[in-house]
Amino acid sequence: MSIESIIDIALLVFLGITAFAILKLRALFAVVMLSSVFSLVSAGLLVHLDAVDVAFTEAAVGAGISTVLMLATLALTSRREKAPTRSQALPLIVVFLTGLALVYGTLDMPRFGDPSAPVHDHVAPKYINDTESEIGIPNIVTAVLTTYRGFDTLGEVTVIFTAGIGVLLLLAAFIREPSGLRVQTMDHHLVLRVVTKVLIGPILLFGLYVQFHGEYGPGGGFQAGIIFAAAFIIYALVFGLDNARRAVPGAAVRVLVACGVLLYGGVGFVSFLFGENYLNYSVLGASQVAGQHLGILLVEFGVGLTVAAVMVSTFYAFAGQNPPISDEDW
Amino acid sequence: MFTATMAALLAAMILALARLYVGPTLYDRVLAANAFGTKTVLLIGVMGFLTGRPDFLDISLLYALLNFIGTIAVLKFFRYRTLGDRVEPSGDGQ
Amino acid sequence: MSALIIDAVSWALLASGSFLVVVGALGLIRMPDFYTRMHAAGITDTLGADLILAGLMVQAGFSLVTIKLLLIGAFLFFTLPTSTHAIASAALTAGLKPRVIEDAAAGNGSTAPKEDG
Repeated sequence: MSIESIIDIALLVFLGITAFAILKLRALFAVVMLSSVFSLVSAGLLVHLDAVDVAFTEAAVGAGISTVLMLATLALTSRREKAPTRSQALPLIVVFLTGLALVYGTLDMPRFGDPSAPVHDHVAPKYINDTESEIGIPNIVTAVLTTYRGFDTLGEVTVIFTAGIGVLLLLAAFIREPSGLRVQTMDHHLVLRVVTKVLIGPILLFGLYVQFHGEYGPGGGFQAGIIFAAAFIIYALVFGLDNARRAVPGAAVRVLVACGVLLYGGVGFVSFLFGENYLNYSVLGASQVAGQHLGILLVEFGVGLTVAAVMVSTFYAFAGQNPPISDEDW
Repeated sequence: MFTATMAALLAAMILALARLYVGPTLYDRVLAANAFGTKTVLLIGVMGFLTGRPDFLDISLLYALLNFIGTIAVLKFFRYRTLGDRVEPSGDGQ
Repeated sequence: MSALIIDAVSWALLASGSFLVVVGALGLIRMPDFYTRMHAAGITDTLGADLILAGLMVQAGFSLVTIKLLLIGAFLFFTLPTSTHAIASAALTAGLKPRVIEDAAAGNGSTAPKEDG
């Protein structure tokens, strides 16, 4: 048993324990904290499996922004989960049988990490060998994400966009623009305000760094969008939602949500105008490599824009509501 | 050298987790969670040096940031029961 | 020879940093009251983290890695004390009282809102 498998087993066991605790606990605040721990442990597992880009995104989204958004939601509901009223035997049997069927299905697949599996034989060597000459960027993950599998990423951005407008449609009745009576709550916390003022600039700079450095190291559009949103969210938390809405109005954010997807789709459309296939970036520049660079840059920026705008507008939608539960219910 | 540092950090993380489970008041738990997050940042940095892949530093910088934001969000949540603004009928703070 | 000096300096920095971090975590466990625990965790964490990062910086030499470590160190230097200050002021506003000798003698502990959150 090497140290690698010990770390793997320990992390997976910890994941299982945390998942079980999330299921059994009824205190919802503890569930929110435990699910952020769950995401952090998953990020650790992904780092251990050497998937740095995915670990980055998991740490940013799962352990960071999701916690804040779930807390904003928790402020609107009750403190404990209601106990189930009907018997749980039949759902348990159905889930168990489905799980058995899925496990039976995996018996046909090649073993984990098998070097002669089809996924490692046909497509992966082509990506690894050809990225340097065809695309010219060191981060193969970004090359696969944006160029070789560009349609998939277009689908992902559209999914995020659809989820964002779904949330906004459901909560549109509750979003109120600023009125005179609302007061900021953190007026008396001088240290917090000064430090946040100092830090928001570097956070945004870090977001820009991650955005444009995604071709050379872990990073890219998804992670950078989260970092942008985090900067605006901390501004809203410390200085009040009113001031945040004046700085970045809700209408502007809603327009930006669509602009990201438009940018992505538009880059593909420009390739049409040059007579090539959709999302073929080679024609956007003087040479193939230059065209690919420009295409990847624009596409990643579109992704970052949509992700940041969706996160910020979701936060506005949830935090902007007045909690219907009064303090005594807690 | 790095292994000794990692062992010390892991020991500190386990101690912080113990305080997270025991801590009688809520603020003990928030303090322990903040400390756990900080040691995670250091652990990822040292692990990056151990394995020779300094790319991990981006992740630790990101998590240092998100740890801070998460702590502020939790505190605001428990003090004011909302993450937005509070509508006061008389218009004074708090 | 200079490699030996670099190793020795970073060894010293890493050792003192880890010592401080472990002492801080021990204080988190053993201190009797919330405010004393906050002293232990908040102050030692900041200096311990910065010393460990300085040790890693010496090891890395002049490169982009050092600049990133410098950024992490500066960020932790700003935000760790601010977080502990925010936690302490939130606890004080919520009514958590520090434990005083007379209270302990009279049998009252700290009047904390005992949430199991």
